[in-house]
Amino acid sequence: MRSHVPAYELRAARDLPQALSMLSEGLRPIAGGTDVMVLFEAGKLAHKKWVSIREISELRSIDIMPEHVTLGALTTYTDIRRSAILAAEFPLMRAAAALTGGIATQNRGTIGGNIVNASPAADTPPALLVYDAEVELVSSRTSRWVEYRHFHQGYKTMDMAGDELLTRIRLPRRFSDWKHFYRKVGTRRAQAISKVCFAGLRSGDQTRVALGSVAPVPIFLENSDLSAIAPIDDVRSTARYRMQVAKNLMEEFLNVTA
Amino acid sequence: MRVKVNGVERSIDAPPMSRLLDVLREDLRLTGVKEGCGEGECGACSVLIDGELTNSCLVPLLQAEDASITTIEGVAQDGKLNAVQQAFLDHGGAQCGICTPGMILAAMALIQEHPDPTLEQIQEGLAGNLCRCTGYMRIFEAVVQAVRR
Amino acid sequence: MPRKEGARKVTGQAQYVDDLKFPGMIYGATVRNQARRGIIRGIRFEPGVAWDEFTIVTAKDVPGKNYVALILNDQPFLADEITAHAEEAVVLIAHPDGYLVEEARRLVRIDVEALPCIDSLQEAIEQKEIIWGDDNILKSYLMNKGDVDRGFAEADIIVEGVYETGAQEQLYIENNGMIAVANPDDGVTVWGSMQCPYYVHKALMPLFGLPPEKIRVIQMETGGGFGGKEEYPSMIAGHAALLAWKSGKPVKLIYDRAEDMTATTKRHPSRTRHRTGVTRDGKLTAMEIDFDIDGGAYATLSAVVLSRGTIHAAGPYSCPNVRIRSRAFATTYPPHGAFRGFGAPQSIFALERQMNKVAAAAGLPAEEFRRRNFLHEGQTTATGQVIREKVDLDDLLFRALELSHYHHHRDTFDRANPTSRLKRGIGFATFMHGAGFTGSGEVALASVVTAEATRDGKVRILTASTEIGQGTNTIFSQIAAEALGIDYSLIELAQPDTASVPNSGPTVASRTVMVVGKLVEAACVGLKLMLLSSGLLKELYTSEEFSSAASDYIDRIGPLRASGEYKPPPNVFWNDETYQGDAYGAYAWAVYVAIVTVDPVTYEVRVDDVVAMQEVGKVIHPVLAMGQIEGGIAQAIGFALYERVAWKNGRMANGQMTNYIMPTSADLPPIRVFFAENPYAYGPSGAKGIGELPMDGVAPAILNAIEHATGVEFNQIPLVPELVMEGLVGQRHALPEAKHAR
Repeated sequence: MRSHVPAYELRAARDLPQALSMLSEGLRPIAGGTDVMVLFEAGKLAHKKWVSIREISELRSIDIMPEHVTLGALTTYTDIRRSAILAAEFPLMRAAAALTGGIATQNRGTIGGNIVNASPAADTPPALLVYDAEVELVSSRTSRWVEYRHFHQGYKTMDMAGDELLTRIRLPRRFSDWKHFYRKVGTRRAQAISKVCFAGLRSGDQTRVALGSVAPVPIFLENSDLSAIAPIDDVRSTARYRMQVAKNLMEEFLNVTA
Repeated sequence: MRVKVNGVERSIDAPPMSRLLDVLREDLRLTGVKEGCGEGECGACSVLIDGELTNSCLVPLLQAEDASITTIEGVAQDGKLNAVQQAFLDHGGAQCGICTPGMILAAMALIQEHPDPTLEQIQEGLAGNLCRCTGYMRIFEAVVQAVRR
Repeated sequence: MPRKEGARKVTGQAQYVDDLKFPGMIYGATVRNQARRGIIRGIRFEPGVAWDEFTIVTAKDVPGKNYVALILNDQPFLADEITAHAEEAVVLIAHPDGYLVEEARRLVRIDVEALPCIDSLQEAIEQKEIIWGDDNILKSYLMNKGDVDRGFAEADIIVEGVYETGAQEQLYIENNGMIAVANPDDGVTVWGSMQCPYYVHKALMPLFGLPPEKIRVIQMETGGGFGGKEEYPSMIAGHAALLAWKSGKPVKLIYDRAEDMTATTKRHPSRTRHRTGVTRDGKLTAMEIDFDIDGGAYATLSAVVLSRGTIHAAGPYSCPNVRIRSRAFATTYPPHGAFRGFGAPQSIFALERQMNKVAAAAGLPAEEFRRRNFLHEGQTTATGQVIREKVDLDDLLFRALELSHYHHHRDTFDRANPTSRLKRGIGFATFMHGAGFTGSGEVALASVVTAEATRDGKVRILTASTEIGQGTNTIFSQIAAEALGIDYSLIELAQPDTASVPNSGPTVASRTVMVVGKLVEAACVGLKLMLLSSGLLKELYTSEEFSSAASDYIDRIGPLRASGEYKPPPNVFWNDETYQGDAYGAYAWAVYVAIVTVDPVTYEVRVDDVVAMQEVGKVIHPVLAMGQIEGGIAQAIGFALYERVAWKNGRMANGQMTNYIMPTSADLPPIRVFFAENPYAYGPSGAKGIGELPMDGVAPAILNAIEHATGVEFNQIPLVPELVMEGLVGQRHALPEAKHAR
């Protein structure tokens, strides 16, 4: 444990207004802890004041409306895997959740946390991109919906103010009769960070493709055109591999969904 | 702060961001919970929190308040091993033993979710608990036998 | 028999070093060189903590000699004027507040003026810079059998190949750690995670300038070792003890995963060049092997790793002319060290890939080529050792191929692969592994085991051999119970504590059952004879009668204790100069078969099945034996496909479990283990050593299978998907470099 633990402050928010008030005081939110606590252990958690939002039950739900399915930000991967509506209409969410970490991580990790941790290699974001998701950002003063496609602006930079909390993710119910394809290529079969993550939907000639781990952000491909991606070499893999595999996956996607 | 561990309410005086792992090991001296990696990868620190398998190295103490935690020390009842522990003993599921407490809890959580698991479900259920000694074969066998009991 | 200490392990009561807490204990941490090789110009303590509350130790504080006693004694406990590699230990600090120690560690700055570095084996060979000795060579061997040049002259076909293996991290799930209490009056006591208490004992004596009776080393329950805790614990024990010596307090020094991965030893990377001559009938006439390993910045165990790799390099084949030149080089990396197999997995990988290549060049199926060249009783190995046992590799091969449906799968895959999306392949490797220390090594160790009866009628075994998961406690208890003719439950194993157990040698080299187990047997037989000849016990007895007789003996006569001392098998001759003779008392023989699926979309390789067939003398405990083979195969699959160490700036860049990829339960195939028996006269109940054997044959079997699946020749491991891609996209085809000698 490489951090000086007593120097860190952690309080619990009972409800959303209290959480938002603490955010405007400069505390940052921690939900499942599966990202924040890893940085903490490694001595890399620069920010020292945190508020636990994990007890705000209204943020953990999956609501079915006529036009949308809305997930609360605290929905865990296990919740996603168990959801019948997601299985029926948004199977890529389940596919991604099942491939994220192991059972213990899935029990604890949340979709909101996954989005705002903004790792380029995150597994669920490509699914959110092809499903045309929107995210709700709320502060003490404001409340807005942002298209998820425009949420990530650069590596670890998001359209989100320091006092805003991501509260809900909304998925339009218009893809259930499309063909769904998801492939995560990780370093091993389970408990792996992805090297390339491919989500694709197809309906006739229409395709919607998004990838993870091939750009500084999870990326939705305009016209399903791979020339937009810019993979890099890193400790897990190489740019050449990512590029080649992305091409292969595109070809496989088109074959399988033909 | 109050946590309930193995059925007993305990009072803890530690910084709120302390890892639950360290609180269990150092403050409560429940050293059956092990640290293998500190990053939620190896599962040696696995405990059950409100029945759910969780890596205690990733839980800040504050979030464990009022939760019901089970560690390996809480598994045997009155010195009597449960079916999973006994099966690990009978079928060579433990070699060096460091992954064993977490592995047993993971197996218990798996059986709770899938009372008659397929091999694939066992592999998936235990994928977050790394064992360097066994190659997992004896562990899978122990789980299968524990279910039979 | 259930695992002796099993109940403690499944209830979480087993005590590992980090589970101990002593009154007044303080916490230590190691400050390491953040640069690379260089001259230490200064050490600065930046403000931010109350430094006067800290215990601080540098090389200047060493009471005795600042080197870790091992073989060449070139490695210091703490870098002094020169630091030879990244992450080398320079400063030790300790404080009662474990959290504050981490804060303080960040505030120590070591100023290093850079010196040139050697970044690879190639640079070491080319002597881009001399960083060790006169020529960067830590050790070299030249082994000759027959006349290799004449052998090549007689060959019809000559084949060359180059094979490479990478570093591998042992990745025991319990990190390294020690607790020490030390002062000039009482001496030094350490408790810790380790394989070899007497290695630690030997290293602490010169560090403190203390005699043997003032150093005490106690092994705690150890969460895996695999060689990674053979020598490195001496370093940590020394560090903890230096802090204890200076502070006057008990010191706990436990590594976290990042430190353990980046600072401690790994498997030696290797590069092997083969040149092989065969007749057109596929009979070996000449084997020339250049085997080079990367030792890192200090010599540590490289000489011995090199030795074992060299002796195993020509494998279980009969070849009249062999020349093996091997070298261990110094490079500017943290020193490499022992890891299960200890040089043999590296040289056997190269050999079994080369043998497939030669078979293809000779136009023979791989299995037929092996059959034409297998060693038989009466023939000699590359060291000139006459095989004096009934080795039947043909039978092992036949059974392994049957059990794996080798021919059926080979045909099926050949027909399906051209049109199937996934490519499948099957391959095998044939190999042997010598157990125990090489040549006269066991004589030099002069191992001892003592058996003593206790007041309550039990028998306690006193040995320095450690339980590290492999089953030492259980097997020794079983051997003792059988030798004494009493119940397993009456046997106890004393905690390995150098104050009370004799030196049984290190827990390495697959020697624990085969060599030390025999001593357990001898000690127990001795104790039994003592009791019988006292008249207190009659010839035929029950466990209860034995117990009460033993108890009686202690009351009436005195301590009831006997020892077994190592005696070499007869007719074992070994020449250390020429590296000729009987290298090992016994070899285990094996054939491993692997089935793989290669995905041309992602270039991932999945192992679908492994059949492991081995002759191991005698299987003493089936569950433990299977466990050893299965676990070793899992590690070897990691070695072959997943476990890549990424090096950057002279240190491991992927030193976290997230980025160093060990197979999970979802990645491993069913592992099917089969044993054949052929009792070894000098092993207990005929047993040979098996701990390292499974590490040797998996990687070449997998790569042979991949070549079958893809038609592409891959010759380096770990064969990660990025490398498979280069081979498949590049569409290189394996054309054996066949040249006709005449």
